[in-house]
Amino acid sequence: MQSVFQYFTNNWSYILELTFQHFQLVATAVVIAILIGVPLGIYLTTNKALAEAVLQICAIIMTIPSIALFGLMIPLLSVINQGIGFLPALIALILYSQLPIIRNTYVAINNVNPDMRDAAIGIGMTTWQRLRQVEIPIALPVIMAGVRTAVVLSIGIGAIAAFIGAGGLGVLIDQGISRSNRDMVIAGAIGVSLLSIIADSLLGLVQKKLSPKGA
Amino acid sequence: MIQFSNVTKIYNGNVKAVDDVNFTVQKGNISVFLGPSGCGKTTLLRMVNRLVPITDGTISINGTDTSSLNEIELRRKIGYVIQSNGLFPNMNIEENVCIVPKLLGWDRKKQRDRFNYLMDLVGLAPDEYRNRYPHELSGGQQQRVGIVRAMAADPPVMLMDEPFGALDPIIRTHIQNEFLQIQKEVQKTILFVSHDIDEAIKMGDRVAIFKDGKLMQYDSPAELLANPKNNFVRQFVGSDRAIKSLSLYTVADLLDQTKLKPVKNKLTTPRVSVDTNLREVLSTLFNGSESELLVEDHNKQVIGSLTIADVQNYLQSNSQTA
Repeated sequence: MQSVFQYFTNNWSYILELTFQHFQLVATAVVIAILIGVPLGIYLTTNKALAEAVLQICAIIMTIPSIALFGLMIPLLSVINQGIGFLPALIALILYSQLPIIRNTYVAINNVNPDMRDAAIGIGMTTWQRLRQVEIPIALPVIMAGVRTAVVLSIGIGAIAAFIGAGGLGVLIDQGISRSNRDMVIAGAIGVSLLSIIADSLLGLVQKKLSPKGA
Repeated sequence: MIQFSNVTKIYNGNVKAVDDVNFTVQKGNISVFLGPSGCGKTTLLRMVNRLVPITDGTISINGTDTSSLNEIELRRKIGYVIQSNGLFPNMNIEENVCIVPKLLGWDRKKQRDRFNYLMDLVGLAPDEYRNRYPHELSGGQQQRVGIVRAMAADPPVMLMDEPFGALDPIIRTHIQNEFLQIQKEVQKTILFVSHDIDEAIKMGDRVAIFKDGKLMQYDSPAELLANPKNNFVRQFVGSDRAIKSLSLYTVADLLDQTKLKPVKNKLTTPRVSVDTNLREVLSTLFNGSESELLVEDHNKQVIGSLTIADVQNYLQSNSQTA
């Protein structure tokens, strides 16, 4: 334990740099995943058959081991000379984030009390007004819960992305293993855990802030 | 004025939810749609603001066919109240009430004035409730706010789908009375769905009874109770229809036809005002030990006495003329 602490104090600027890389990768992936997943989830509430299919596909993507997905991406992205590094890691994380975000959005919007929807339509709201003023605000806590799951998941999987040269805290684990440096591995693991806990807590606060006061 | 002409709704090619319905609701009247579950009354109501598309026939409001209007604009001109009040939990009371005025682009001051006026009308202090959320209110208060919201943009027409159905009987009676008072002031044309014959008699200027999508009878409550057109209506209004009809008349109505007997004993007999309805009079007569009641005028002066026979005579002569 003493030596891990030692490692932290000696290499803090390097660890911070890796943490920032890690954060950058996950944040970019989740933001893009939200931009895709939330509208898609809302759209799926209007088409049940398609919803089943899309959620099924997302679930299948979830079951692909991350290391295998990274491996699959190498030949595909080599075509544009991006076989390893930031881009394949980003794409993989976006794919993994889709299931929690799409599913939570779909379920949350679907579970809005039908009377609310009926009242909103009957009052003379357009579809867009109804979504923006009634359904999304009511669904927001559950959508945010999906985003939090996606973030924690992506921080964990992001550690593996170091193996394809995407940087981040996984680098410590990767190098630690190949150099048989146990302190390095533990430092990387602790870094990943701390990042998850902090990100999740902050998003928890955001979720609380966004939740409608009356709901 | 709302006119239903040959209105028909067919689901899945053959299920007739509403079958060739024709009638007219006069301006400023409350028309109650009455009938058992699945009789098409709610479907018909929802066809007025086009929540349910019409299969055949026309519904026109003040001479304009509703299908010729933009459905969003149509709905904004029709107040809509549902049983579960439909208040949005993410908005406070003022935001809920002012939704339609806001959609219509009213300025802030006009919205606020309207909110204050309507909340006072239903007896909820505007400043006390403005920033509260629906879940902080009791069921009765929520339903009042639901009615206020429907009246917010001052629509000439209101649709009410079992608006008081989820309230307990005491609160329901209270809000019904309150609403009738408000209606005297605002004079809206109201379509009101109910499955409760007593509510229909109380609230309706006219009552439309439906069965399997067909209109069975459309008449005033008194006419409906005195002369049910067929067996279904007779059964639906109940074998106690004579007793029910008593709630439609007051002692004052009876005085138009009958002379009161002079008072024998001024001290012990219970008293009723001329505004009391005959159903309550009868009930008071049955409850008390006395066989007669003293009738008071508006100045609390006793003007005569009343017995069960008087009520009976009035009812019998009435059902012959009606």
